[in-house]
Parts: sequence; structure tokens; C-alpha cells
Amino acid sequence: MKKLILPALLALALTACSSTGPETAGTAVEDRVGVATVTASGVDGSGIAALTDPNNILSKRSVFFDFDSYVIKPEARPLVEAHARFLVQNPQMRMLIQGNTDERGSREYNLALGQKRSDVVKQALLLLGAQESQIESVSLGEEKPRCEDRTEACYGENRRGDMLYSGEF
Amino acid sequence: MRILNTFRLFLATLLASLALGAQAQLSIEITGTGAARFPVIIPIFENEGRLPQSVTDVVRADLERSGLFTLIDTGPLPMPESVTPDLAAVRARGADAVLTGSLVPMAGGRHEVRFRLFDAQKQLELGAMALPMTPAQNRLVGHRIADFVYEKLTGLPGYFATRIAYVVKSGPNFELQIADADGMNAATALRSREPIISPAWSPDGQRLAYVSFEQKKPIIYVHTLTTGQRRVVANFKGSNSAPAWSPDGSQLAVVLTKDGRSQLYAVGADGTGVRRLAQSSGIDTEPFWGADGHIYFTSDRGGSPQIYRIPAGGGSAQRVSFEGNYNVSPRLSFDGKLLAFITRNAGRFQVAVQDLATRQTTILTDSARDESPSFAPNGRMILYATDSGGRGVLSAVSTDGRIRQRLTVQAADVREPAWGPRIR
Repeated sequence: MKKLILPALLALALTACSSTGPETAGTAVEDRVGVATVTASGVDGSGIAALTDPNNILSKRSVFFDFDSYVIKPEARPLVEAHARFLVQNPQMRMLIQGNTDERGSREYNLALGQKRSDVVKQALLLLGAQESQIESVSLGEEKPRCEDRTEACYGENRRGDMLYSGEF
Repeated sequence: MRILNTFRLFLATLLASLALGAQAQLSIEITGTGAARFPVIIPIFENEGRLPQSVTDVVRADLERSGLFTLIDTGPLPMPESVTPDLAAVRARGADAVLTGSLVPMAGGRHEVRFRLFDAQKQLELGAMALPMTPAQNRLVGHRIADFVYEKLTGLPGYFATRIAYVVKSGPNFELQIADADGMNAATALRSREPIISPAWSPDGQRLAYVSFEQKKPIIYVHTLTTGQRRVVANFKGSNSAPAWSPDGSQLAVVLTKDGRSQLYAVGADGTGVRRLAQSSGIDTEPFWGADGHIYFTSDRGGSPQIYRIPAGGGSAQRVSFEGNYNVSPRLSFDGKLLAFITRNAGRFQVAVQDLATRQTTILTDSARDESPSFAPNGRMILYATDSGGRGVLSAVSTDGRIRQRLTVQAADVREPAWGPRIR
């Protein structure tokens, strides 16, 4: 693709304007530019044993929210408290909280709504003793749905905050 | 007619994809046209057969796709550009205008395309032009000729020699692609396993700002298309999103959460000199930096997401949208007269325009999942993302709601369109 296009683009770039139009000046065709392809590098995650044991509450990472709500539900409190304790006991650990929304509405507005969810989780962890320097709250908006069906159950799966530790993001 | 058009575009698309390899192409289907279309005759240019690919086919397809013209069959009329055409005969065939042209061989395998446009009713020449070209430039030159005809006959600048950016999602892969406004010559600027959103063209059409999640959080990049060089312009603690270029291309309005909530900031296009643009107790996002000196944006400061504006140089916010309880994604037309946005109407997200002088708002679509409106550089068409059969497609609608087009890529989701500027 690139190979085929580049010579044409070079030709474009080299073409000079030579208008001879009697009434209207000709415009140059030299300003069309090519497109070079870039591949974005990803991040490799690696788990931490204590955090991945399915019998440990710390292996659970998601806080779910109701529609249009930015309040942590009572059933999610033990999970948030466990992670706050872990952060207090392991001050070297860093956490990234990713807020998510369902897919309805504007992508950028949903990104801001997802931020409200991650911020709420972060505030709860800070109140429970974690340090500001340990936690970054960000939003993925509607961009990384865990469930892609257009059902209420699916939308509920996607309205959540995920807590990730160093090495997992 | 529509079937024929679709078929012809399909054929062109097919040939292009065979010629260029496996690159997925956008194909365009016309689903609505203007009320009164301008009948024109565009005979094949003299000596055009010397080119491997036609120029006049490109001109005709552009004008027909615009929904404002209808192509009248040339019939047996010979119309070399060097001779004033028989305008009475043109009239007799039902056409109001005729474009004649010829190719003159130049040194080094190049040609000069000379063309003239005549008004058959008033019996006068509307203009003439000559463009140099290599045989490989048939599409670009065709778009420029179509722009010339469009401007002479409608009084508005054409938008055919422009490009669009959009994001294609196929399986787990995301590609930021650039294509000509007719969907041809698609090329990938960025390939990633993580989402890419909110592409925004620099005013000079050379760079795109966008949000990439490749580092597991939203970070704003500025990407130079020719070289592929990328620069991080905002990677503060928290989320960095919604880039919008200042009209002079020196700055970007962005949304950062480094100080808490999603709020508006300005940052230099090189990533330096971040400063706050506005302050609110709620969410401020989706800035659009208008040529009218205002920054339009979405804010929920009043309880529901609505569109506001502030002077770019600082000042108090003024609410712009009033009807309904969900109005987002504002985009100002280049002449500053129309505001396009997404409104929620009985649970459906639709493209609307507001005439800023009269404050009259018109909903232009009857779909349910419209997003990310973007004006064509002449302000006549609005490109947006929507949904068709559960798949993301791009559509375009004229600001009077009459002309409609749909742009699809086979077996992939297309979203986040941005119509590039007119390059002079």
C-alpha cells in the first residue's frame, strides 16, 4: 500500500503549478500529503500472586454502579475496604482505577462520566488511608466494554470501576 | 438510478481495492438528494483516453454524490475545450451547464488539463482553469475540477478535494484511517490493540490530534500524517481527552482531570504551556474552538449535559442549547452560523443543528445512535457516526436534511469521523 502510494505522492509534491486559465487562476495540486502507518506498542501486564488468588477478596477488582449513578453501593464496601488495607500495608504498590460506562451517548461525555466513577473509588480508598501518590484514577468511558450485547444486564456489567495494580497496566 | 450509482461506486471501490491490495475501502451509498438538482453535461475530455484512469468519471461521481447535480447524457455531441460548445444543443438536451475539457501533453509524461464551464441558459462562460497533472493524479485533479464546478454553480466552495479521518474497529484491532472525501485511497495512520477516539484535524490538514488508550489510559497525541511522527501533548495524571485545535493551529483545547473533575484547559500544540480555560463544579468536556473566537463545549453544570460557550480569551460561560435534557458534541460551522450537535430525543440520539442567530433547532436524522458530528469545510454537509444493523457506519446529511449518504466498510465498525479542512 505504502509502496504504491509514495511515488504518486512524490510526483504530487514535485508538480509545480502552471496555471494558464484565462479567467481563473489554477491551484497547485502539490499540497496532498501521504499517510505513514504507525503501530502503537501495548503494555504487557504481569500478575502478583497474592492479588490473583481466587479465594482472596483482593482478586476481585470491579465496583459496579447503577445507571446514571456515581455512588459506591453498600455491597461493594468490603471490596473497597480490602483494597484500601492492602494499599496501606504495601505503600510501594501503585493502583490505576479505570472508570467505565455503558455505550449510550457521546463517547467523550461518557469518558467524563467514567472519570466520576473512578474518582469516587479513589476518594473512598483515600478516606480509608491509602495515599494520593499511590492512586491514579482514569476513565476508559464506553471504549472497553466487558460485555457487548445491548441488554440492561450487559450495560450493568459495563458501568464499573476496575482497580489495577502496578504491573497489571 | 440509485442502484446504478451504487453499482458504479461499488465497481470503482472494487477496482481500487484490487489495485491497492487488501486495504478495506469505504463505500458510499446515496440515500437522499436535493430537491432541485442542477442538470449538467460533462462529456469525456478531449484526449482523456491517453490516461490510464479517467478524470471525468471522478468529476461526475463527485457531483452526482453531492446530491445537488444530475448528469445529463452527452449524446453524440463532440465538445472539445478549444471550441465554444453549441449551448442551444446543450439546452435542448435539458442541461443548464456544460463542462468541456482537454488534455494537452507536457514534457516528462505529464499533462495539462484545461477545462471550461458554460451556463447554457445565460449563454455565457462561467470560468476556465488549467491544472498540471501526472497520469496517477487523475483522482485528485478530478476532485479539484469538481470543486470548481460546484463552486461556480452553487456559490459555495466545493469539498471533494478534502480528506476524512475515522476509526475502524475490526475484532480487537483499532485503526485510525485517512481517506479521500469519496472514501477512496484509504490509508492507516495508526494501528493499535487499544481504542482510539476523537481525531481532530489541524487547520493545515497535516496533523491529527487524537486520544489513544494504548497506555491503558486516555492520552492525547499529535500525529504528523506524512512522517508518522507522534508527540504526546497531554499525559497528565488522570484522563486526557477531547482535543480541539485553535483556528491558528498553535494550541489545543483539551479536557484534563489532573485537578479533579473533567475540566477545560489549553495546551500548546507541542505540549507546552498548559493553562486552565474554564472552571465549573461539574463536568466540562468536548470543547470545539470556533473561528468566531468562542469555545463551545458540553457541561452538566446546570444538572443535565448542555452546550455552553466561553470567549477563547476568557470570560463567563453562556448557555447555548435549551431544548431537551441531553445536548452534547457541539461543532460550529466554518462561517460561525450553524451549530451541529447530538440531542437525545425520546431516548434516541440524533444529529441536530441550531441556527445561532435565530436559535431555531432542527433535528436532521431519524436514527437512534448518532455520534460525533463533523462539518464539511463548506458547511453544507455534516458527517457523523451512526448504527446500521448493529454495526457502526458513517453517514452524512446536508444541513437542510435533504441529502443523505452512507459510508460503510465491509465487516468492520466505523466510528469517530472527522472531516478535514480545505487545503488552499
